Amino acid sequence: MRLDCPICGSRDRREFYYHGDAVMLARPAVDDGAEAWDSYLHLRDNPAGETRDLWQHEAGCGAWLVVTRDTVSHAVSDVVLATDVKGSMA
Amino acid sequence: MRFSGLRVLREGLTGNKGWAPHWRDAEPKAEYDAIIIGGGGHGLSTAYYLAKEHGLTNVAVLEKGYLGGGNVGRNTTIVRANYFLQGNSEFYSHSLKLWEGLEEDLNYNVMHSQRGLINLFHSDGQRDAFARRGNSMINQGDDAVLLDREGVRKYLPYLDFDNIRFPIYGGLLHPRGGTARHDAVAWGYARGASDRGVDLIQQCEVTGIDIENGQVRGVQTTRGVIKAKKVGIVVAGRSGQVAAMAGMRLPIESHVLQAFVTEGLKPCIDHVVSFGMGHFYISQSDKGGLVFGGDLDFYASYASRGNLPMAEHVMEAGMTLMPMIGKAKVLRSWGGIMDMTPDGSPIIDKTDTAGLFIDCGWCYGGFKAVPGSGFSFAHLMATGNHHAPAAKYRLDRFQTGVGLMDEEGTGSQHNLH
Repeated sequence: MRLDCPICGSRDRREFYYHGDAVMLARPAVDDGAEAWDSYLHLRDNPAGETRDLWQHEAGCGAWLVVTRDTVSHAVSDVVLATDVKGSMA
Repeated sequence: MRFSGLRVLREGLTGNKGWAPHWRDAEPKAEYDAIIIGGGGHGLSTAYYLAKEHGLTNVAVLEKGYLGGGNVGRNTTIVRANYFLQGNSEFYSHSLKLWEGLEEDLNYNVMHSQRGLINLFHSDGQRDAFARRGNSMINQGDDAVLLDREGVRKYLPYLDFDNIRFPIYGGLLHPRGGTARHDAVAWGYARGASDRGVDLIQQCEVTGIDIENGQVRGVQTTRGVIKAKKVGIVVAGRSGQVAAMAGMRLPIESHVLQAFVTEGLKPCIDHVVSFGMGHFYISQSDKGGLVFGGDLDFYASYASRGNLPMAEHVMEAGMTLMPMIGKAKVLRSWGGIMDMTPDGSPIIDKTDTAGLFIDCGWCYGGFKAVPGSGFSFAHLMATGNHHAPAAKYRLDRFQTGVGLMDEEGTGSQHNLH
């Protein structure tokens, strides 16, 4: 598997650290309650098919990335900077 | 049909013409007292113990593929009870006791071989941690022996003891640990359940779960509607998708774990050996193949196959530990879909829907749990009460934070186990 880092270009999977579902970008507020925090920290859609997850280009530029990927075929369809995704969420 | 030495002899002398299929390939009925979704190791053992321990025989096991076609046929066959934390400790201890009586109980040769499991350590700090783990195992009533370097050398003379990065300081021996023939475990439970009246229904995929007023009514399948007042979900890596049919989201992310087997060799590795620093473990099958594995690929996956970086890492770890295996040829590699929980421990619990139960989250340790999980899940489904050895496997422990069982001590977070 290779990921196309928007800053560094196509790189081997070994350069990247996997953090998990991109739901981690939508951090609840401190007083949102236990259910919101449980959902954010633990509960997952866990799809068989297209998913979006967070990776860090640990052995490269260090950027956090949102990767759109197929969990059945391992095909990667999109890689964007997490800062851009976070910016458009605000 | 019962198996015995005499029977084998008689069949051998008469052309092996008297053997019958081990279980009935049943057609679905309109209604059952209980339905088990998933015909893998855990689902089949649940059905077996529902029938045997609780007299519930009007039961169906629904399997979308073929019996035992998932993780029970895709693991490295290790059986052990060397857990540290309360909750895990009593559960795996109970499961190992069931293993020890399993062949007589099932009248089926599952080739359970208690050849001993050795966890190696490579520093003084690790020795302390393993001594502590060993004490915890002994307190639970199981067995553990702390071996020094020479003690390990007696059992495993072929290791690279003076490896520059990971010199071997000793090991924790768990004499009752070992391996079993994984497929036979599924077949033995299938046969035992089928003989007691359980319907094993293959090629029957569940496509929906019917719920009315908070009570489960049955399931929709590719072979029609089947009613039942009790439904158990036991589908390992597919837990998230089946639970979604009941409107649930689970604290589970599915990952791929790879394993490997070499060509058959003469006996050379007598034990199960685990090398935690390289995350590598190995045993030799009775057929002679070296069966070994490593860590997760570490990204969510349903592919049942991994990528090369982890394959390379596992081979490197093997060569670091035991250079003698370097010329063995790898025959096959494969991947299983692991239902990973945030704390790395499983779930056996009721759900918010009355009559709907779930058994999942076995991470990469499900095989040794097959007897214990089925026993405890059957107890929960039949009586409505948690079975004592599995009472801490609560679904709500992540939300409340009470009773998290993070055996590795790395934190209760999805990408850490």
